Amino acid sequence: MDVALVDAGGANLGSVRYALERLGVSPRIVPDAASLGTPDRIILPGVGAAAPAMAALAAGGLDAALRASTVPLIGICLGMQLLYARSEEGDVACLGLLPGSVRRMPASPGIRIPHMGWNRLRLLRASPLLGGIDDGAWAYFVHGYAASVDAACIAASDHGGSFAAVVQHGHVSGAQFHPERSALAGARMLRNFLECTP
Amino acid sequence: MLSRRIIPCLDVRDGRVVKGVRFRDHVDVGDIVALAQRYRDAGADELVFYDITASPEGRSVDRGWVARLARLLDIPFCVAGGIRSVADARAVLHAGADKISVNTPALERPALVRELADAFGVQCVVAGIDSLRDDDGAWRVRSHTGSAATTRVSGRGTLDWIEEVQQLGAGEVVLNCMGSDGARDGYDIGQLRAARSLCAVPLVASGGAGGAAHFVEVFRDADVDAALAASVFHSGELAIPVLKETLHDAGICVRR
Repeated sequence: MDVALVDAGGANLGSVRYALERLGVSPRIVPDAASLGTPDRIILPGVGAAAPAMAALAAGGLDAALRASTVPLIGICLGMQLLYARSEEGDVACLGLLPGSVRRMPASPGIRIPHMGWNRLRLLRASPLLGGIDDGAWAYFVHGYAASVDAACIAASDHGGSFAAVVQHGHVSGAQFHPERSALAGARMLRNFLECTP
Repeated sequence: MLSRRIIPCLDVRDGRVVKGVRFRDHVDVGDIVALAQRYRDAGADELVFYDITASPEGRSVDRGWVARLARLLDIPFCVAGGIRSVADARAVLHAGADKISVNTPALERPALVRELADAFGVQCVVAGIDSLRDDDGAWRVRSHTGSAATTRVSGRGTLDWIEEVQQLGAGEVVLNCMGSDGARDGYDIGQLRAARSLCAVPLVASGGAGGAAHFVEVFRDADVDAALAASVFHSGELAIPVLKETLHDAGICVRR
């Protein structure tokens, strides 16, 4: 299987690659549109901030390439946030593959931001992406911005309010948590993404 | 609901895990990969690896074992040790670490925290703080704590430094209370409560865990987000599943 792992300058490229290797897949690191080719799957990881990540994608022509692609695509953490129309983080236009904006999570007494640690997934509707993952499964999150629970949201989580933990719309999906660091549930979701028929 | 995290801390010297008492007299407790695997399987929520001789020896963390750990681990881990620049941090993160913790280099040059946050986001940047109560009753930060011989008093007040690192962009604070480190008499609740009142980002308690009751106490009374410990886990005295059972029974939300 040809899996393109997009390098948007994010720091978790290595850990996502290792997680795929544990599933028996050696991804291709793709730094620009010219090397994207026609993969079977595209993974957009990301750790960092939205504006520099969008700038890194644009510099290699990957913003346009990802918008044009119909290959099953999953964004992870910041990578998921980049799928939306805009992010409040740096007030930047993103890929627009999903409607809506990503907003800063509000802090409140006892609710520390960034949201850092293991939290539960609340499954909202059935999806091949969530096959074998139980309602209430634990997932590891590290983020300060989030998308709201809308029609594309298939699993939510709660930290001072609900937010989108897993989204899926057509060939586009995203995980706000880090499947590469979420033990068995994370590995299962990555395997589902590789195996499920879009 | 976000769970409270249990974090075994592995002090690394020459690629082996070691443990000292009050930062002295380190003894070998095992192979880094074997221990990491053991803790992952036991249900650790996260692991922290401190290359304890990096700063005293004036070098950055050894990236060889970071990559070996990253291939193996499917839980998050943080690496600390002599990270002095964005380039040092990038190398460690690219080797597969999820977070980097800075201590002595941040005290020497506080702008480092901001540079790291700008480059990688606040969620990657942990401020490690070694703190000790002085004779006048004030908590002050120590640097170069890898061994007793190199430890220095920085002159900074611990609580001031906690506020400053947050302003600079630290996304998490690990407060290591040196007075209780390795002594297993319990966490320094007073100091951690004082830190909590000033700390809007996740706060990790470190130093003094000797049994499950100490963890219950630190989550309940100091409202920390995570508790870090070493000897109580390395010795096999406290198994993580047993600890989590105790925490759950005490009404503290943990991943089980």
